[in-house]
Amino acid sequence: MIENKKVHKFGMVIDVDKCTGCGACMVSCMSENNVPFKEDESNKKDSITWMRVYKLTNGKSFPETEIAYLPRPCQHCGGIGDHGHSPCVSVCPATATDYGYDTGIVSQIYTRCFGCRYCMGACPYHARYFNWWDPKWPEGMENYLSPNVSPRMRGVVEKCSFCYHRYQLAREKAMIEHREIEEMEYQTACTTACPAGAIVFGDLNNPAHKVHQIVKPDPHPDPMNHKVVGKSRNPNVFRLLERLGTNPKVYYMSEREWVRKAGDNYLKGEWENVKTHHGASSSHG
Amino acid sequence: MSELENKANDDGPGGGVHHGTNNGPEDDKGLGLGVVFFMGAFLVCFLSGWLLFPKLLYSKKEQPFNFDHNLHVEETGDCESCHYFREDGTFSGIPGLEACMECHTDEPMGETDDEAVFVDEYVAQGKEVPWLIYARQPDCVFFSHAAHTVAGGMDCKSCHGHIGESSSSRPYEENRITGYSRDIWGKNIWGIKKNSWDRMKMDDCADCHLERTGHKGYCFQCHK
Repeated sequence: MIENKKVHKFGMVIDVDKCTGCGACMVSCMSENNVPFKEDESNKKDSITWMRVYKLTNGKSFPETEIAYLPRPCQHCGGIGDHGHSPCVSVCPATATDYGYDTGIVSQIYTRCFGCRYCMGACPYHARYFNWWDPKWPEGMENYLSPNVSPRMRGVVEKCSFCYHRYQLAREKAMIEHREIEEMEYQTACTTACPAGAIVFGDLNNPAHKVHQIVKPDPHPDPMNHKVVGKSRNPNVFRLLERLGTNPKVYYMSEREWVRKAGDNYLKGEWENVKTHHGASSSHG
Repeated sequence: MSELENKANDDGPGGGVHHGTNNGPEDDKGLGLGVVFFMGAFLVCFLSGWLLFPKLLYSKKEQPFNFDHNLHVEETGDCESCHYFREDGTFSGIPGLEACMECHTDEPMGETDDEAVFVDEYVAQGKEVPWLIYARQPDCVFFSHAAHTVAGGMDCKSCHGHIGESSSSRPYEENRITGYSRDIWGKNIWGIKKNSWDRMKMDDCADCHLERTGHKGYCFQCHK
């Protein structure tokens, strides 16, 4: 760990009940991060979507049918016990992806990646994408590319970076003003684009940040499953496939029970046992 | 071979002596020629690798016109007058025409041919000077001047050397394969460096980071 530095743990909480499924987060993400697209985007299997909105249904017929939309960026997993051994980082043979212990953000270095796609297989969230072709921008569009994000070439894997370049730029400004960055100075593109305000982004380690106040993460290992750290104390907040112990830094929130249940795969009767199990009360710390 | 020769010598006094006297000098001559040939070939290969390979690998380009750093530092007093931080914390790098025109006008201030080129071709026409940037890093690199000079307290010289004392712009050398400036790999083709500014590869960044911060840094610290 880098010494004498305040350790951040950037994360987000997405209010699934507020999400209308408009896809503004996906569009803003693509334009912010120079995400390439194909001439024919009808085959979604090899489309690149760092942020992807999934549609969930409760499986019931009219009039009880309900729909929910679930935006899915890279979950920036802390790995088992939140020690930084994310599934993708652990398997990369090229060290093209690493865990930033100062930010909690999982990197992806395109010039280092040689495209074995082991990380894609390891990621339980399908958050990683492979470039099957060199990016081809319509004429004139290359002028609109962001100079702060390096474009990718054919044969490498890419994924959401929590708009790390925005952190880099915010930090530069803070440095010449001799201060720390503030909450609103570093926000991801999807967060700022969401018209419903469904995404809240910030430092999970900073009690002053809104994301911390909503999630109220329990810093201790879950007594029921020691792989899990940072379980939310908010009964409406959950993580995707939380019991795997990947410890994502993306939390979801819903008042609807069926949505919270959709965050993981439960055996018959299992949900009833765990649905009231949350992070330990604040007396823990 | 020597055994055979000895046997031949033992065969008979006449024949043996005859063979022996003839064979000795011929063998020495062959060995000598071999050494000369080896040395010659080595020298040709070595010199072509040493002298021709860099020329083959790097193309040379001249700057649009000569820039006298020494003169400008004398006039303005420091590096920061031209290479300054913008309000958002980003570094201006090579200043734009607007910054030059804070002093320069349509009329040349000095008498050099280079300034005449600058005034006629760029100032008068309002055109930015297409400087070739020696220190430009590859596209995947994020380098923060603020982190190094403001937060880290380093001076310009630590990485850029004595550029401020130069009076002429050296040719820009571009790697024909990668398109990167030669300053990244360094002038020495074997990658040997004596000064901190001789080479600016990732390992050089990592070495200094390890020394100063105790950690090489995480990927995203310097990559984008």
